[in-house]
Amino acid sequence: MITVQKIRIDFPILKRKIHGNNLIYFDNAATSQKPKQVLEAMDDYYLHHNANINRGVHLLGEESTELYEKSRETIASFIHAPKPEEIIFTRNSTEAINLVAYAWGRVNISEGDEIITTMMEHHSNIVPWQILASEKKAKLLFIPFDKDGQLDLEWLKNHITHKTKIVTIVHISNALGTINDVAKISNIVKQINPNTLVLIDGSQSVPHIAIDVQKLHCDLFAFTGHKMLGPMGIGVLWGKEKILNSMPPFLGGGDMIREVFLDHSTWNNLPEKFEAGTPNVAGAVGLAAAIDYLTHIGMENIRKHEVELTDYLLKQLLTMKGISIIGPKEAEKRGGLVAFSVDKIHAHDVAQMLDQEGIAVRSGHHCTMPLHSCLGLTATTRVSFNLYNTKEEVDYFVKTLKKVQSTFGV
Amino acid sequence: MDLYREEILEHYRNPRNQGKISKPSTKAHVGNPLCGDTMDMELIINKKNGKDIVSDISFKSDGCAISTATGSMLTEKVKGMTLTEIEKLTKDDVLKLLGMDLMPNRLKCALISLEVLQKAVVDWRSNAKIKIHM
Repeated sequence: MITVQKIRIDFPILKRKIHGNNLIYFDNAATSQKPKQVLEAMDDYYLHHNANINRGVHLLGEESTELYEKSRETIASFIHAPKPEEIIFTRNSTEAINLVAYAWGRVNISEGDEIITTMMEHHSNIVPWQILASEKKAKLLFIPFDKDGQLDLEWLKNHITHKTKIVTIVHISNALGTINDVAKISNIVKQINPNTLVLIDGSQSVPHIAIDVQKLHCDLFAFTGHKMLGPMGIGVLWGKEKILNSMPPFLGGGDMIREVFLDHSTWNNLPEKFEAGTPNVAGAVGLAAAIDYLTHIGMENIRKHEVELTDYLLKQLLTMKGISIIGPKEAEKRGGLVAFSVDKIHAHDVAQMLDQEGIAVRSGHHCTMPLHSCLGLTATTRVSFNLYNTKEEVDYFVKTLKKVQSTFGV
Repeated sequence: MDLYREEILEHYRNPRNQGKISKPSTKAHVGNPLCGDTMDMELIINKKNGKDIVSDISFKSDGCAISTATGSMLTEKVKGMTLTEIEKLTKDDVLKLLGMDLMPNRLKCALISLEVLQKAVVDWRSNAKIKIHM
């Protein structure tokens, strides 16, 4: 059980007024708000422990390094990674995925090889593969989904061949809300081709459900701090030690080397091999503080709360005329977000009118143009929940949405 | 200020200057694939007192209320204007029509109609130049 009112006190921004109304922040899939515990941890770092890591013999350098590495351990525990060295800090999920495409993809993909992703992916898990496939003259294939937003796993089984080098899937779709059974998918892939690399995009799942990367049977897993109460500018790539060790570096520079000579350099061990340059230590500290906050409340409790809100919203939207939701109709089958279109009213106008009442939603294609194209839509409006949202906020949203419809005379 | 005041909604529900023009002097199309706003305009340009003027104009819009309403208001405003006057129109003139300032996210919606209009005029000018040189 979570006590939402107690949680809301930890998020000062929720007291803001928007055009004279209370803020109703329903855009969590885009980014989450931050509790003061995260902000205080980051301030504390800069106020009392700031120094570059690994370099200094001096005390501040030691403290900074210890905080950075402790953050890495916190993250490893949170997703049940076997070792902290398997946690690579990046700027965000996009960079984590690009790291795999450049470091693993460049040396392992050749002409005629195949990469499989899905029609429901975020652009960050399509574009890096398009760039790689184009460079290497490889084929990029897309698993289709049905009208309930479920991936066609029979299609997948029929399309994995000895040439399939990578299968990469989003865990929870940021537009459909679909929760893909990535453990099942990983097993399907490995059974047919054990050498195929499986990469999961966990950007929308890690913030909202308990994750155990070992139980997902994937090789690599990417996620980002700012969607899980952490700061922007910090993301994570988890990878099996064996895989990461087999990869050449991503970015070259300081920290990722062991020795530098004029004609060659040798690489550092994991995780440093993939962390060139001065890292975002404050960001790592902030992300660890966010994880502590989430753990304290409990991921199962958070999930339960968001399912209740999603169910409450869905039941109302499904009875309203002129509203079409995309993705699964049952709350248990989806993440805590609902994207929908409104008959005869453009998504921008819907979002704008909601904003005038203090309600923050996102409108557009949510970085999933192929998905929207597939559904014959250009833009949808999306509500996405977090642990601090309430049923009362949903009530006000529904009331306002009905007002939007009547204002436009539909 | 209420963005969706009655005047804007009225222009959205009943946009002026709809429908096709037979034998337009020039036409243009602009689309924003990111949000689905598209607009087409057709113009009739005649000479009056030695100046080129827009004597008739129509537009077709497939977009949000802001872009459609602005298209309706703008086409009303420019009927009878000279091409030179149209070329001098700025984003501030468009915002004056709407009667408000817009945040950057929605500014593009409002400016689509100005973009189409000025594109049509530019196209007509360059075609006219080609005719003179022939």
